[in-house]
Amino acid sequence: MFTATTLAAATTLGALFFLLGYIAWQGATSVSWSFLTRLPAPVGEPGGGMANAIVGSGKLLLIAGLVGIPVGFLGGVYLSEYGRGPIAFTVRYAADVLNGVPSIVIGVTAYALLVVPMKHFSTFAGGVALGLMMIPVSLRTTEEFLRMVPDSLREASLALGAPRWVTVVRVVIPAAMRGILAGILLSLARVAGETAPLLFTAFGNRFWSEGWLQPTASLPVMIFTYAIAPYDDWHRQAWAGALVLLTLVLGANILARMVLIRSGGLGQGS
Amino acid sequence: MTAIIASVLFVRSAPARAAFGWGFLTSSTWDPVFERFGVLPFVWGTLASSAIALLIALPLGLGAAICLSELLPARWSDPAAFLIELLVAVPSVVYGLVGVFVLVPVMRTVEGVLQSTLGFLPVFAGPAYGIGLLTAGILLAVMIVPFVVTISREVLLAVPRAQRDAALALGATRWETVRHVVVPYARSGILGSVFLALARALGETMAVTMVIGNRPEISASLFAPAHTMAAVLANEFTEATGNVYLGALVEVALVLFVITIVVNALARLLILTVRAPDPARA
Repeated sequence: MFTATTLAAATTLGALFFLLGYIAWQGATSVSWSFLTRLPAPVGEPGGGMANAIVGSGKLLLIAGLVGIPVGFLGGVYLSEYGRGPIAFTVRYAADVLNGVPSIVIGVTAYALLVVPMKHFSTFAGGVALGLMMIPVSLRTTEEFLRMVPDSLREASLALGAPRWVTVVRVVIPAAMRGILAGILLSLARVAGETAPLLFTAFGNRFWSEGWLQPTASLPVMIFTYAIAPYDDWHRQAWAGALVLLTLVLGANILARMVLIRSGGLGQGS
Repeated sequence: MTAIIASVLFVRSAPARAAFGWGFLTSSTWDPVFERFGVLPFVWGTLASSAIALLIALPLGLGAAICLSELLPARWSDPAAFLIELLVAVPSVVYGLVGVFVLVPVMRTVEGVLQSTLGFLPVFAGPAYGIGLLTAGILLAVMIVPFVVTISREVLLAVPRAQRDAALALGATRWETVRHVVVPYARSGILGSVFLALARALGETMAVTMVIGNRPEISASLFAPAHTMAAVLANEFTEATGNVYLGALVEVALVLFVITIVVNALARLLILTVRAPDPARA
């Protein structure tokens, strides 16, 4: 019976390696400097690249970070240092609920709240939608890492006469900084791969998008569009895009988790 | 934020709710041309694809978790768990891409075989497109297995040594220990992981919409193309004309929202009852 379980584990791991290997194999030949730096070619013509999608994803992540990081970080600080009782419980519960909301529903909400009043698809709306998705993850990791800071540090600081907020800002937060940053990196990596909320907020663009209020191409949406299109050349580019996206996302994940593993083991301060 | 999402969905679906009332939840027509909408085909597609995914992912995931927690020493188990957690980070479009170009042709062959041997069963009837409910279910299974594995492994590791030792001392084999003592002890945690995986499967949009065929009809056959709530939103939202159509789509989003919240709440409840209470939170 145990061989069956080993088979199961091997299958799961095999799926991962197959996924990575297949994408690497399909996409490796297509990822070139021109792919990374050129705009999409006109429909049906071979060639062209995904430069606007890569830059677009970068811009979206910037706005998402501006929205998600402060709310998540400050929320985490509140929950860990100041929150007690029913309010904290509600906030924590709401964050968990928000975490479970499907990304497409968040896209619909962002559409209703931002796109309709602005009468325009925009990078801003897409970024806000992604930021909403970042909040629960960054909030939870911030809170957990702040909690891991031993109370003795807090008490020492308070005993030396520092007011509460100084203790938090200058003692507790720096002690947990590594883990918090890793958590933020993880949440950024997660939203970098999200397509659904962008479908009707940032929409898409076959050219460079100017500023923050124009629709913009993004890597996941472009992969999706190319994958379901009838052109072979677009399929090839979809694989290349998937390889780029996967490299970035998995790279960020591995980096963040290595940091977490190394700082997660430390619970006792000196 | 959460309240904002809920209220926005509620308000925006007003035109559709006014037009259809509760009938929306039971009607299976989805006719944009004549503006008659019902959410049933999508609920069916969502639930059926998720059910197939769970049927595959639960044994696979639990088996892998048992292997990782009981069989392998930590030196192998930890890196393996790390790698499996990476599967969670893969964006769903990438899963969809592999699904469309790798899984679908494979499923065409597989479904063809199933059809020639078991085609008399209604569940295997119909042409073997390769794109349909079964393919979507399998792809979803691949996507949710890591959830089941990582959480089940954690709860299995949390079972106290005393339980295992007692069973072994009474003469049970290792498998009997696992089957009759360890797994039942961790049962609610494992169930919680299943619910969490279910919640993810319910809301999964991109990979599903690429392999499910996007046909809003209920059919008994697993080979038939179907539609899910998330997929219809992805496909038709930007092309919806008129207030009622858009309102109907928002109402689909509302139904999806409610379902996932309920499932998530159940999942958290179950996992919490197994994890040891964190002393820092007391």
